[in-house]
Parts: sequence; C-alpha cells; structure tokens
Amino acid sequence: MSFSFTRFGAVLFKEFVQMRRDRITFGMMIGVPIMQLLLFGFAINSDPKHLPTLVEMADQGPVTRAVLMGMKTSAYFNFQGIVTSQEDGDRALRDGSASFVVVIPPGFERDVVRGLAPEILLSTDASDPSAAGAAVGAISGIVDKAVRQTLTGPLHYAASAADPFSVTVHKQYNPEGRTSTNIVPGLLGIILSMTMVMITAVAIVRETERGTMEALIATPVRPFEVMLGKIMPYVLVGYVQTLVFLMAAHFLFEVPFIGSPFAFFAGFNLYIVVNLALGFLISTVAKSQMQAMQISFFTLLPSILLSGFMFPFAGMPGWAQTIGTAIPATHFLRLTRKVMLKGADLADISSDMFAMAIIMLVIVTVALKRYRQTLD
Amino acid sequence: MNTGDMAISVRGLTKTFGSRTVVDHFDMDVPKGAIYGFLGPNGSGKTTTIRMMCGLLIPNGGSGQCLGYDILTEPQSIKENVGYMTQRFSLYEDLTIRENLDFIARMYRMKNRKTDVDDALKGLGLTDRANQLAGTLSGGWKQRLSLACCMLHDPQLLLLDEPTAGVDPKARRDFWDEIRRLSAKGVTVLVSTHYMDEAVQCDYIAYIAYGKKLIDGPAPDIPDMIGLNTWRIEGPNITKMEAEMRRTAGVEQVARFGSVLHVSSTDGAALDRVAAEHRKKGTYHWQKQKGGLEEAFIYLMATATDNFTEPKEAAE
Ligand SMILES: Nc1ncnc2c1ncn2[C@@H]1O[C@H](COP(=O)(O)OP(=O)(O)O)[C@@H](O)[C@H]1O
Ligand SMILES: [Mg+2]
Repeated sequence: MSFSFTRFGAVLFKEFVQMRRDRITFGMMIGVPIMQLLLFGFAINSDPKHLPTLVEMADQGPVTRAVLMGMKTSAYFNFQGIVTSQEDGDRALRDGSASFVVVIPPGFERDVVRGLAPEILLSTDASDPSAAGAAVGAISGIVDKAVRQTLTGPLHYAASAADPFSVTVHKQYNPEGRTSTNIVPGLLGIILSMTMVMITAVAIVRETERGTMEALIATPVRPFEVMLGKIMPYVLVGYVQTLVFLMAAHFLFEVPFIGSPFAFFAGFNLYIVVNLALGFLISTVAKSQMQAMQISFFTLLPSILLSGFMFPFAGMPGWAQTIGTAIPATHFLRLTRKVMLKGADLADISSDMFAMAIIMLVIVTVALKRYRQTLD
Repeated sequence: MNTGDMAISVRGLTKTFGSRTVVDHFDMDVPKGAIYGFLGPNGSGKTTTIRMMCGLLIPNGGSGQCLGYDILTEPQSIKENVGYMTQRFSLYEDLTIRENLDFIARMYRMKNRKTDVDDALKGLGLTDRANQLAGTLSGGWKQRLSLACCMLHDPQLLLLDEPTAGVDPKARRDFWDEIRRLSAKGVTVLVSTHYMDEAVQCDYIAYIAYGKKLIDGPAPDIPDMIGLNTWRIEGPNITKMEAEMRRTAGVEQVARFGSVLHVSSTDGAALDRVAAEHRKKGTYHWQKQKGGLEEAFIYLMATATDNFTEPKEAAE
C-alpha cells in the first residue's frame, strides 16, 4: 500500500474549499459554541443525593455516631469510608472519588458537653456547586438535630446551649460556588462532541449520498487517503472551536484555568479523535445526511444527560452511571474540570485518558469492520 | 477469439447481496476499439456488473481480465487505466469546473496537470466558465464535464453507465458524437443504456435481465438471433389498426413508426395466419419483411419490466 501525499492533499484541499463554500455550516461551527455558552452559562439547579462522602473521625463517642447517622439518613451523603489524614481527604476531593470530607475533631463530644462549641469541618468539592449546594445547606440542621436527640437526660443542658457546636463548610476549587464555572468546562465537551461527531458523519455520508464517493473510489485513490483527507479539516475545526470557547469562557465568565495546559491538550486531542471515530462509525451506518444528523443527535443526548454535565454524576442512579461511564464526554468532562478548576496535571487525569482510550479502541474496531463491508 | 484482442473478458461473474443473486454467471467479451452496448431493464444488474469489471466490487464467483489486468487481484491497475462514468452525476457541485477537473487530475497524479486541465477546458469550450460552480451547469453540460473528467487521464477503456439518462435529445446526440469520436481514436467504450436509438449505434450488444445474460453478439446479428418475424402494415386510420393488432392473438409486438405499423412475433406461422386473414379484406397493405434492429430492441425492452423483484416464472 503506497500512501500518496498528492492525493491525500487533494482530498484535504477539496474538503476545505467545500467547507468554506458552505457558509451556514461554517458559521455554525463558530457561532454555536458561543451561543450555547451564553445559554448554558445560566445556572441549572438540581438537588442531588447520595454524594460520596469520606469521614475523618478523631472522636468515636455516641454524639459523633449520631451526627454521622443523621447525615446518612438525610440521604444527601453516602459514606464511603474513613480517611486518616487531611492529605488523603484532599486527594479524594481532587480526583473526584469523594464530594465531601467530614472532619470530626478530636474530643468533639467532650467539648460539646463542656459547652466549648467545637467545630465540625465539611470540606466539599464545590467545582460542581449544584451537587454540593443542597447538601451544604442541609448539614447544619442535620447535625443539630442529631446532637439534640443524643444529649438527653443529665447532659440536656449542653444541648440547650445556644450553639453547642458549629459546622464550618470549606468549599474547595470554586469558593464562590458559581455554577457557570462548572458548566463551562462541561459545555466544551458537549459542543465538541456535537460538532465533531455530526460534521464528520455528515461530510462522509454526503459524499456517498451525492454519488461522488463511487466516482472517487473508481480513481486510484486509496480509502485511507480519502478518510484522512476528509477528517483532518475537522480536527482543525475542533481546535478553532476550543480556542474560541476558552477565550469566551475566560472573558465572559472568568472561568479559571489553573491546571497543566499540556494535560488538557493531551486529553482534548484524545477526545477529538474519539469523536471523529464515532462520526466515522455513524457514517458507515447512515444512508443519508439526514440520518447521519439524527443518529448524531441521538448519541448527543446521553452525553448531555448522563455525562455529569446536566446532573451531577455521583447523584445518578447506578444504571445511569454505568451507561455514563461508557460515554467519552463523561471522561472528558471530569478531565477538563480537574485541569481547569482543580489544577490537575497529566498524572491526575490518567484514569480518564485510559477510559477514553478504551472507548476509542472499541469504536474504531467496530467502525473499521463496518467500513470494509460498505466498500463492498 | 483471442483474449489479447479483448479489452474486457469475463467468465461466470456472480454477485450476491445477502441471499439475492444480482448477477448470475455472466460472461462478456468486449473487443478492443468497439462500442459495446449493454442493455437491460432497471435493476437487471448492469451497474453491478460494470462495478465488478472495474474493481469496485469483488465478485462472489467468476474471473476475468480488464485491459489485461485480473479483475480479482489487480483492481488498482484497472483503476489507473480505465475511465468510469458512474450512473449518477458524480462531480462536486460546490466546486468549480476547473476545481473538479484539477481534483481528478490529482487523483491520477498526472504530471502536466495544469496543461491537461486547460486542454480539457478548451476541448469542452468552457475556458471562459472555468470558475463557475459545476452545480450551476445544465444536465447536458454536466454530462460532458463528467465525460471530460473520465477522459482526463487518457484511458484506453471507457465504462459509461447510462450516461445520457435524463438528458435532452440534442445533448444526447452531441454526447454520442463525442463517443464516436473517441472510438475512432481507438478508445474501447462499454456503454449501458435504456434508449433504443442509442443501442442501434453500438457495434456489439449484450442484453441482461434478472442478472442473467439473455443474448449478445454483433449488433447486426441480433435480430436473427431473436428470430422475430415481422410484417409491415400501411393504410388508412392506422391508429385504429394499431389498437386492433394489440388485441389480436398471434401478434406479440406492435410498433408504430409514423404512419407505418410493424407487427412481429417469434411464432412466424401464427403471424402469417393473421396476415393472410387481413390481406383478404384488402383495406391495408401488408408486406412481410426481415426483422430489423429496432424491432429486436423493442422486443427485448418490452419483455422487460423493472427487475427489482424476483422473476415470476423461470427467468425470461
Ligand atoms: N449494494 C447493494 N446492496 C444490495 N442490493 C444491491 C446493491 N447494489 C445493487 N443492488 C440490487 O441489485 C440489483 C441490480 O442493481 P443494478 O446493478 O444497479 O441494476 P441496473 O444498473 O441494471 O439498474 C437491484 O435489484 C439492486 O437493488
Ligand atoms: Mg444502473
């Protein structure tokens, strides 16, 4: 198999010319990200429950146990285990395995009894404020009730004190709790998915539908040259979209970007490739441009609903989380939030990269299998 | 015949899609330099056969060569040397005329691309309109541009799949003038068509129905092969006579040419009896004649309905 750069270049050039002449699509590719950014920039509120929570417990008494039990029955918190140091808790918050870390200070019960108003610390990953918000709002009431129920009899006096204890909420990563900060990175994943998948699928199907594909493959051009030449221009579109998007996010919503740009770049490229592969797969199934568009939209829905973009991932039921895990957008979303808002580097996002790589492998395998069939 | 004299020579070509056999043990020999007509109703397998002959589809069975290259193992060489004009208009409507030609030239990695494209534009008489979008051309012009694209790399063999479908008669005549010019230069042309007036311009004919070849040979031999007996009828109120003939048993085919009626049948005796009866009346002038190409093609075309469903009886 000899690869011809002349032919590959010709296909690439042709694709660019066609893209430029198709004004509406071209305008959409740049306009849609900005439009959606503005639309979604507004808060989407929800009241998620069962968020993963870790406990750093330095006191074992009945009051402490009552507090934890109260948090559990409130259904907001889902206790996943014990941490023994602050570093462990911080790491869990950063990599997303916990949304909350509850720190009960040593001698908590003793201090309550003595009326010293000790402090419970609730550290929360506020990069997703809609997830943390409701639980944070509820915590004081829950703990208060638990303490009052436990402190009966001779200890009753302690409970009736004005403030037997206090809860300090420590919001990490997004101290102001702004929803747009969280929405914006997620939206990038959705927009990229939408344009990459749909445009690739449509561009390939268009060629088949208009009958130009047959004439094209009747020339000496190799299928690989055609595919590469058709897909490359859209990689560039993805770059432009992302650049436009990040700038808009920075200037309009003041979304920070504190992590490693290299980590983001690596994850972003992998995500683009996954989406192009998906678009390619759809093009082998769809019979018309209309179908390609519809199937693309169909794949977009789970990306919006189950990736953690619309609803906090941890708050979704188990089956939805399972589906969500198979969606590339889920991993890109986590990765982008970690890098942009939590300052993650390449090592912190390796699990997301790995997941995307596996999804890509599956898609490419199926797509290539189908592509051989349709050539015949 | 020696296969060295053949531009295309295939044996037993078979193609199935799912459980349907679309082309069934198809043999064909296209002599070099000939204009070879490939006839058959819609869905009979013409396009599929052509695709197999130029390496776009892999046959399930059979073998053959195209310009000396094996259709199973050397599709790449066939693609380099054949000009294939697909059934549908297959240029990029959103590219200009020049961009289309230039794109094709790059696909064949032509050395003197610029000159060849300029020459093609000049040959088409489109030099002034080179920067017009191909999509704005009329049907006839699109057809000519497609042909020019196929001929850009100077192939020795042209495969034209219903090149004149949906084109007005004047443009069709021009198109055929062009085909004959190319043929005179030594290019072999295989052309599938629906039109009888185009079929009569071919040197050789093959007819396919339900994926099976029914008849093939030099065009002048086709009427005898079909064995059609024909009477020519002239006289007053030919329209009424035409209607009557269509109802008459023993007459298989009625064709009207202006004020003249040709009635034909493969059963000569039955037709002669009809003629004898009518001649006694004397109103019309009946004359027996040798069946021509026209009747033969009308006969072939008439027996053929669209082939998209399975044949009702045994194929034919
Ligand atoms: N890729 C394909 N898959 C399934 N069926 C096909 C395919 N291509 C053609 N056919 C079927 O094969 C038959 C012959 O088609 P075709 O070769 O296009 O006929 P023609 O060119 O004579 O009109 C038709 O019934 C058509 O529906
Ligand atoms: Mg056809």
